[in-house]
Amino acid sequence: MVETQTPLVAIEDLTVRFVSRDLDISVVNGVSFTLAAGEAMCILGESGSGKSVTLRALMRLLPPAARVGGKISIGGLDVTTLADGDLRRLRGSLVSMIFQEPMTALDPVFTIGTQIAESVVFHDGVSYSAGRKRALELLELVQIPSAPRRLDAYPHELSGGLRQRAMIAMALACRPRVLLADEPTTALDATVQIQILLLMRQLQRDLGMATIIVTHDLGVACEVADKMAVMYAGRFVETGSSVDVMETPRHPYTRGLFQSTVHGGMRGAPLDPIPGSPPDLAELPPGCAFAPRCPAYEPACDGRVPDMVEVARAQFARCIRCP
Amino acid sequence: MVATTGGSIVSDAPLKGRRPVSRSFWATARRRLSQDKVALVCGSILLIILLAAIFAPLITPHDPYRTSMARRLLPIGDARHWLGTDELGRDLLTRLIYGGRMSLFMGFAPVVLATLIGGFLGIVAGYCGGAINMLIMRVTDVFYAFPSVLLAVAISGVLGAGLVNSLVSLTLVFTPPIARVAESVTTQIRNQDYVEAARATGASAWRIVFGHVLANVTGPILIYASSMISVAIVIASGLSFLGLGVSPPNAEWGLMLNTLRQSIYVAPMNAILPGVMIFITSMSMNLISDSLRASMDVKV
Repeated sequence: MVETQTPLVAIEDLTVRFVSRDLDISVVNGVSFTLAAGEAMCILGESGSGKSVTLRALMRLLPPAARVGGKISIGGLDVTTLADGDLRRLRGSLVSMIFQEPMTALDPVFTIGTQIAESVVFHDGVSYSAGRKRALELLELVQIPSAPRRLDAYPHELSGGLRQRAMIAMALACRPRVLLADEPTTALDATVQIQILLLMRQLQRDLGMATIIVTHDLGVACEVADKMAVMYAGRFVETGSSVDVMETPRHPYTRGLFQSTVHGGMRGAPLDPIPGSPPDLAELPPGCAFAPRCPAYEPACDGRVPDMVEVARAQFARCIRCP
Repeated sequence: MVATTGGSIVSDAPLKGRRPVSRSFWATARRRLSQDKVALVCGSILLIILLAAIFAPLITPHDPYRTSMARRLLPIGDARHWLGTDELGRDLLTRLIYGGRMSLFMGFAPVVLATLIGGFLGIVAGYCGGAINMLIMRVTDVFYAFPSVLLAVAISGVLGAGLVNSLVSLTLVFTPPIARVAESVTTQIRNQDYVEAARATGASAWRIVFGHVLANVTGPILIYASSMISVAIVIASGLSFLGLGVSPPNAEWGLMLNTLRQSIYVAPMNAILPGVMIFITSMSMNLISDSLRASMDVKV
């Protein structure tokens, strides 16, 4: 299954613009990365940085107003030019997605079992009872207690954690090779978050899936990801292995992000937030998008968007002061 | 397959005691409805009227069309005619029971038709959005410009009197509001995460509409349609009263009200009986609709 030559996921210069009659915003402005089978990547960024849109672009799950540019190749398929029928077969079987809010991402009028079985029946072309059998296997795989009984439960009868497990089971229904997760733990409380993350980590390793997790939570990021990409205003500003990025952040935005995080050892100490707010995506500055908020700003920053430069082995940053 | 060993994170203790039965949306609604006294009383009244209408020939003591000049406008409580007779000497109880056939039919049939047509139009408009939505909803808006009674009278007036024509006109009157309800609910559902999640598992537009949208739209449409039935009964009676609906000598509550109107000074109690039937039926239907709304209100 594992391809040695070409990576499983290869994104090149991905751009997404939302265009309507009186609106033209560039949400994603040139994102490139590759991901091999079995690798977990985390896209980190604040609200509106384009991380969710990047994720959705990977399965072309965007509203009609979106204009997608660049190349998206998954498992050797060019997603941007795929016909609708092929795209539907790709969704769910090759690539599948876990959503942020499990309460609203599960249909309230169908049982968990029905919803999982439906997807299995569609993709594998098996009978409904075989689909249900597979659904039971999946619920056991995601460690839902008393799985046979939960099969006939409606989403509102499950707790948030169980619902998210069911959501994961649904995403895994047809053995996807790429799993996308859009803030999978944001809607859950802290104790459940860690259980879900551990589960995802374990499943990802056992099933050998390439996983992309979008989050704004640093704890989540370091818990599950091998690779990390920090996103700001629609561009990756720093990429590298999660250990390198966490330990030696090079881009001023990444540093600011880590400094503004709350953790146990800083009781009583004042928080150190990044001043200002993210730029308006409709009118991005010509130079570095972070320049207006950057503590290390210098006039040269406004010239042009800096390139990604290798600041250390396999660690890249988009800043004129690097390396 | 992955072994789920290695310290299962969640407790896997077997659940003890009575197994809580998982209830579907409809099972919950049915249970709540069966505990609602108002709904039970109104349902019983409607059921009695409905059964009486269906089995009218078996239970009525007289011929609904047999006139008798000697027995005109007998008062309520007459030994042979319990509810008296009308201006042509026909037994009123018999005619009220027979009239229920027509009135109930005119209450339900147009609403059922309008629900099917309006529901379809609304779901298509809501799901497709854009120009299709614009086209369908603006056309329904045109119908909205007229008060429903006036519209029904106008359409019936153009088409002419008769049962089928009344049916057509009432269906046309009720389709736009139902389409509007279906459209607004569909628009809401279309933006729900589970529709996107379904799309993310590769569901086609048809599967989303027939699986997810239809299942979620049915409840609100049913509630709304049930409240339309009483209006339909009243408007249908109104059409007959104006001579645009069922024609004499057929028994229909609105028509009976019209013909008995001339005797209102002679035998007022007889004259209001059809009106009382219309009132009881439509009010029961309204109260049931309210109970339906309460029982389908999903708050767990």
